[in-house]
Amino acid sequence: MPETSPLWLDEVAIYQGDRPLVRVDARIAPGEVLTLMGPSGVGKSTLLAQVAGFLAPAFTATGRVRLGDEDLTTRPPERRRLGLLFQDPLLFPHLSVGGNLAFGLPPGGGRRARRRRVEAALADIGLAGFADRDPATLSGGQQARVALMRVLLAEPRAMLLDEPFSKLDAALRDEMRRLVFARVHDRGLPTLMVTHDRQDAEAAGGRIIELAP
Amino acid sequence: MRPARPSWLGLIPRLTVLLLVLPVAAGLVGVLAPSFGWLPALGGDAWSLTPWRALWQAPGLADMLRLSLVTGLASTLAAFAVVMLFLGAFLETSLFRVVRRLLSPLLAVPHAAAAIGLAFLLAPSGLASRLGSPWLTGWERPPDYLFPGDPGGLALIAGLVLKEIPFLLLMSLAALPQCRAHERLMVARSLGYGRLHAFAKAVLPGLYPLVRLPIFAVIAFATSTVEVAIILGPSTPPTLAVAVVRWLNDPDLSLRFLASAGALLQLGVTVLALLAWWLAERLVRRLAAGWLVGGGRRRGEAMGRGLGAGLTGLSILLLGASLAGLALWSLAAWWPFPAAWPAPMTLATWREAADTAATPLRHTASIGLAATALSVVLVVGCLEAETRRRRPLRPGAQLILYLPLLVPPVAFLYGLVQLQAQLGLAAGWLAVTLGHALFVLPYVFLSLAESYRRLDPRWSQVAAALGASRARTFWRVRLPMLTTPIAVAAAVGFAVSVGQYLPTLLLGAGRLATLTTEAVSLASGGDRRLTAVYALGQLALPALGFVLATGLPRLLFRHRRHLLT
Repeated sequence: MPETSPLWLDEVAIYQGDRPLVRVDARIAPGEVLTLMGPSGVGKSTLLAQVAGFLAPAFTATGRVRLGDEDLTTRPPERRRLGLLFQDPLLFPHLSVGGNLAFGLPPGGGRRARRRRVEAALADIGLAGFADRDPATLSGGQQARVALMRVLLAEPRAMLLDEPFSKLDAALRDEMRRLVFARVHDRGLPTLMVTHDRQDAEAAGGRIIELAP
Repeated sequence: MRPARPSWLGLIPRLTVLLLVLPVAAGLVGVLAPSFGWLPALGGDAWSLTPWRALWQAPGLADMLRLSLVTGLASTLAAFAVVMLFLGAFLETSLFRVVRRLLSPLLAVPHAAAAIGLAFLLAPSGLASRLGSPWLTGWERPPDYLFPGDPGGLALIAGLVLKEIPFLLLMSLAALPQCRAHERLMVARSLGYGRLHAFAKAVLPGLYPLVRLPIFAVIAFATSTVEVAIILGPSTPPTLAVAVVRWLNDPDLSLRFLASAGALLQLGVTVLALLAWWLAERLVRRLAAGWLVGGGRRRGEAMGRGLGAGLTGLSILLLGASLAGLALWSLAAWWPFPAAWPAPMTLATWREAADTAATPLRHTASIGLAATALSVVLVVGCLEAETRRRRPLRPGAQLILYLPLLVPPVAFLYGLVQLQAQLGLAAGWLAVTLGHALFVLPYVFLSLAESYRRLDPRWSQVAAALGASRARTFWRVRLPMLTTPIAVAAAVGFAVSVGQYLPTLLLGAGRLATLTTEAVSLASGGDRRLTAVYALGQLALPALGFVLATGLPRLLFRHRRHLLT
C-alpha cells in the first residue's frame, strides 16, 4: 500500500446564514471509506463541497479540513489534490475518451508516453481501444468508469464521492461499487462518500455517519 | 393535444423572417445595378464597369481597405481576449458579480456616445492629459499628438474594444449555463487545474461555439461602422465605410455609382474579415489540440489572472472616465488647459440645447418607441408560436436572425434607398422606423428568447387544465409572468434604436435629425460643450429605458413577490 495520510475533518460545520446545517468531526484512515448518510437537503453534499473547496457563497463553514499535517481549509480546490467523483460522469464533450483521460494525467512525459499511459488505463477498466471514441457514444456504465479513471490518473491523495452510483441502473451499480472501492483500497486513499442509498454504505464497508434533518 | 389551428399567430414567424431577409436581400440587389452603371434615375442606362474602375482608382483605396480590415479584426480580437481573460480569471468569484453589475449597464451606452467620450478623454487636451499635467508630464499646453484620428486607427480600435466588451460579456454570460460551464470548471479544478487553465481547457471549447455568431456580428460591425469611425477614425483616408457614406452624401450625384461599388466592396471586406477569423479559428483549434490534453495545469496562471484583472479594470475605468468627462464638458463655461476641473460651471450649454434638441429628441424617442413596439410584438409572436408548436427554431432561423447584424448596413441600406425612391415611398419617419426595426428585432429576440423558453411549461398546463383557452393562457398567464424579461428586452431594443446612425441618415434622406445624427455631426465640429450635451442626451434615453424596465415591474407587482425573483 503506498504511503498516504489520513483525511481529517476537524469539527467541520456548515451554516446557511445563521442556521447550522451539519457538523462532522472525523478522521478517515488511508484506505477507509467514511459514509455520510441522510435524506436530501440535509447538507451532506454541501459538506463535501466544503472539503473539496467549492462551497457556494450562500453558505459559511467553520472547522478545518486537513490531510495529515497539511491544512487544506483555505486552499483553492486545484491545490488540494483531492479526487472528486460526481453523480454524472461529466466527461468533457470536446475531448475524445483518451483526451479526457490525458486531461487527468499530470503534465510531462512526451506525447507517446502519455498515449501509452492512457491506453493502459483504458485497458485497466476494460475499455481497451476506446481512446479515440467520442464520449457521447459510450454507455452510462462505460462513462462512469472513464470518469473514475480520469480522477485516479490525476493522482489524488484522497477521494470524495458525491452520490457516485445514484444515476446507474441496478446491475451496473454493483459492478461500479466494487470497482471504485477496490481502487480506493488498493491505493490506500482515505475516502469520504455522501449518499442516500443504504446499499452504497454497506458496500463501502466502513463507518457510517447518519445525518438527521 | 388539439391539432394546431391555422391562425394569425402562425404567420408571425414568417412575417418576421420576411421583414429581416427581404430588406437585406433587396438592398443588396439595389446596389448591385448602380455599381455596374445602371441607375436610370441618374442617367445611368448602360451597363459598364466604370464605377468599379473609378473605385479602383479612388485615392487611398488600399489604406481604406487596410484600415477597415485591421481595425475590425484587431478590435474584435482584443475585446474577445479581454472578456475571456476576465471570465477565466474571475468566473464564480464575488468580484465577478461586482464587475458584471458595473459592465451590464454600459451595454446601453450608444456607440457614438462612447466614442465621443473616449475622444474627449484621450485627446491632447482631454481629461486624461489634464489630470497628469503639468505635475507629471510638464505640459503647459496640450501636447502634439494625433488622437482621435491617428492614421493607424488606434483610437478607432480602442473605441470599438470598449464598446464590444460589454456586448461579448453579456452574450457569454447567457451562454455559460448552456455549456454547463459550472460543472466543467469544477471537474477541471478538482483535477488540479488553476482557474485560468480550467477555463481555457475545459470551458472555452464548449463556450466558443455558442458565442461564435455574436463574435461574427462584432466583426461585421467593427469592419463597417460609420459613426465610430467618423468620430475616432482617421479622415484622409477614412475607413471604407466612411468613404462610401461620403460619396453617397456628395452633392455630385454621379458619385452614387462609385458609392454603390464601394458598398459592395464593403460587403467583400466584411466577408474577408469573417473568413480570416474563421481560418484563424481552425488554425487555433488544430494547434491547441495537443495543449488541451497535455496536462499543464498552472503555468502563467498568476500572470494571466493579473492581466485579466488589469485589462478589465482599465476598460471599466476608460468607459467610466469617458462618461464623467462628457458630464464635465457639458457643464464647462471656461476650461483652459491644463485645469482638471472646469470653473465656473454653467448650465448655459444645456439651456442652449434645450431649444435646438427638442425636435431631435422627439424623433429619437418616437422612432425608438415605434421600432421597439413592432419588434417586441413580432418577437413575442415568434416565441409564442414556437412554444405552441413545442419545437425550437431551426438552426437556419438563428442565422436569419443575425442577418442584419452580419451584413454591413452600408452595403444594403443605400440599395434600400434606391428601391424606396423607385417604389415612391417617401423618405422619412416611417422608413426610418422600419429600418431601425431591422436592427432592433434581432437584439430583442436574443434578449428575450432564453427567458421565454425557460418559463416552466407546467404553468400553461395548469391554466389549460382549469379550462383556459390558449389565447387566455397567453394573455393572462404567460405574458404577465414574463413582464420583466419583456420590459428588459424592450429596453435593449430601444437602446439599439437610439444608437442607430446610418439607417437614420440614409432612410431619412438626411432630413430626419435624431440625437445620434446630431451628436455625430457635432463631434466633427469644434464645439465640445454642445457635443457633450447631445452625447449625454443620447445616453440618457436608453438609461431611462432601463430604469423603467427594471422599475415598473417592481411597482406593478409589488404585492406579487414571487414574480420578481
